[in-house]
Amino acid sequence: MIWATIIMALREIRRNTLRSALTTLGIVIGVASVIAMVTLGRGATAKITQEISGMGTNLLIVAPGSDRRGPTAASATALKLDDANAIRRDVQAVAEVAPTASRGVLAVFGNKNWNTVANGSTNEYFSVRRYVLAEGELFSEAQLKGSLACVLGATVRKELFGALDPIGASIRVGSAACLVTGVLVAKGPSTFGQDQDDFIVMPLLAFQRRISGNTDVGTVFVSAKSDQLTIKAKQQIELLMRERRHIAEGQANDFMVQDMQEISSMLGRITGSLTALLGAIAGVSLLVGGIGIMNIMLVSVTERTREIGIRLSIGARGREVLLQFLIEAVTLSILGGALGVAVGLLASFLGARALNLPFAVVPEIIGVAFVFSATVGVAFGFFPARKASRMNPIEALRHE
Amino acid sequence: MTSSAPGAAPLVELRAVSRIYGKADSEVRALDAVSCTVEDGEFVAVTGASGSGKSTCLNMLGCLDVPSAGEYLFRGVNVGALTADQLALLRRNYLGFVFQGFNLLGRTSALENVELPLVYRRLGSKERRLLALQALEEVGLRDRASHTPGELSGGQQQRVAIARAMVSKPQMLLADEPTGNLDSAKKAEIMQLLVKLNQTRQLTIVMVTHEHDIAQYATRIIVFSDGRITDDRKIGR
Repeated sequence: MIWATIIMALREIRRNTLRSALTTLGIVIGVASVIAMVTLGRGATAKITQEISGMGTNLLIVAPGSDRRGPTAASATALKLDDANAIRRDVQAVAEVAPTASRGVLAVFGNKNWNTVANGSTNEYFSVRRYVLAEGELFSEAQLKGSLACVLGATVRKELFGALDPIGASIRVGSAACLVTGVLVAKGPSTFGQDQDDFIVMPLLAFQRRISGNTDVGTVFVSAKSDQLTIKAKQQIELLMRERRHIAEGQANDFMVQDMQEISSMLGRITGSLTALLGAIAGVSLLVGGIGIMNIMLVSVTERTREIGIRLSIGARGREVLLQFLIEAVTLSILGGALGVAVGLLASFLGARALNLPFAVVPEIIGVAFVFSATVGVAFGFFPARKASRMNPIEALRHE
Repeated sequence: MTSSAPGAAPLVELRAVSRIYGKADSEVRALDAVSCTVEDGEFVAVTGASGSGKSTCLNMLGCLDVPSAGEYLFRGVNVGALTADQLALLRRNYLGFVFQGFNLLGRTSALENVELPLVYRRLGSKERRLLALQALEEVGLRDRASHTPGELSGGQQQRVAIARAMVSKPQMLLADEPTGNLDSAKKAEIMQLLVKLNQTRQLTIVMVTHEHDIAQYATRIIVFSDGRITDDRKIGR
């Protein structure tokens, strides 16, 4: 009976090909956009994860403040150079330590100027952050003791010097003149489109004296001796910092030690919720598609009143008429769902290529899309089907 | 469906059946305390002016409608006490319908139209096809099995409709102006087919018609007027 009803439904759908196609269009678009959003979102997450592991899984970032929101975050005291030195001295699991202070500056060379970020740090900054020198040299011992010198990120070099040779040139950073000693190899933009090469590095002491005017260190970048030692280094740094900052037992940290896994999972949460949001918006179009199906099914029921009368007169029970129309609606929406999966996969494949993301198919979402479109069919097909099943056979037969 | 042996109770028995539409002041008595009995094998023509209640009576006999008052016994079973689903099962298993407007499913082949009642009786597709082809054979349209109603003449469509009514081997065939939409040559053709079914299969037929000459094909004529039976007589063919 079910099988015969499904065949009848398919025949009815084929009989009105254009109308059926238009009916399912809403579902097709809905399912396709859900699939495309989720697939692209998953691709973005995969790329970010990949990028972060490229930054080094042994990287730790120490910064003041708390990852919990609240009044303590604003009032947390800044780190100082001594903190970095203490980490370097007391934590055995640590390989390199790069205390870093940052500020937005205007860099000027000749008639060109460029807004960028100046980082005051040490030579260890480059190895911890995995930047490689393209030309020139890092800072000399003398420069590190306080004279003004700088290494340029690839973007700054391009903007200020173009084709000219920057090594040995003098640029103005903020109000200070500064000798260019080296240029870095470009890393390229991150997944979020952030330029990872738009900055200047200068010795920390000179930076503090001439640019920031204080002895604060915003961030300490630390590399652990190995990937396996990362968690241990993190725990040791936390203990040390609690002691140095006189945090009583039971009180929360007023600083953060982030490892890359943490950052990766944080970014994962961000892209995850973005994906969910986009998916939900796409889900609304599925709902609209469902209403489209209900519309057409209602029209169809009215149009086929006489057919319903015939079926009732030859002994169809109300529930059998209901089943017929319900199966028609579900078949329509499942066909739409299948088409939507195909369109969505194609769209996300093309989108992934255009956005330079990995094409990460999520098998579950295909199942979910199917179940959802079938549910839409049942939910929005039920009302018209019930209307059909409750018809009075005499009146239905008389209907013109 | 009934505990008594087949034939023990009359096929159809109406006991003071009334069918009232509307309420109170504006009520219309389409049937007014009608009583009659139809036995197996009869060919009854129900005639009368339009609005006389003959179609209401046919709907009642066909279990599409139930009495407002009185009792309709089908093989001894009180139809008025049945649920909508039980009425549907009764139609499915014991009754066949033929309408003035043929009422075939459009854009559906003659074969599939004839198979339809068997779908609801849950027969397998092979058995359905076999029985439907036999029924089409009986009405002389086996070679038109794959044609849709649009490709058939009015007379052929009505014969497909008769095949559809017959395919489930009903105990009673209800025909509502079966020749109303046909020219006289086709009328005779359809009536001869009905007479043949009545004679060879002992099929009980109740037919509503307003045409005097069509009524003459029957073995009994019941005349309705204002919801009442005014004449009821057997005739020879």
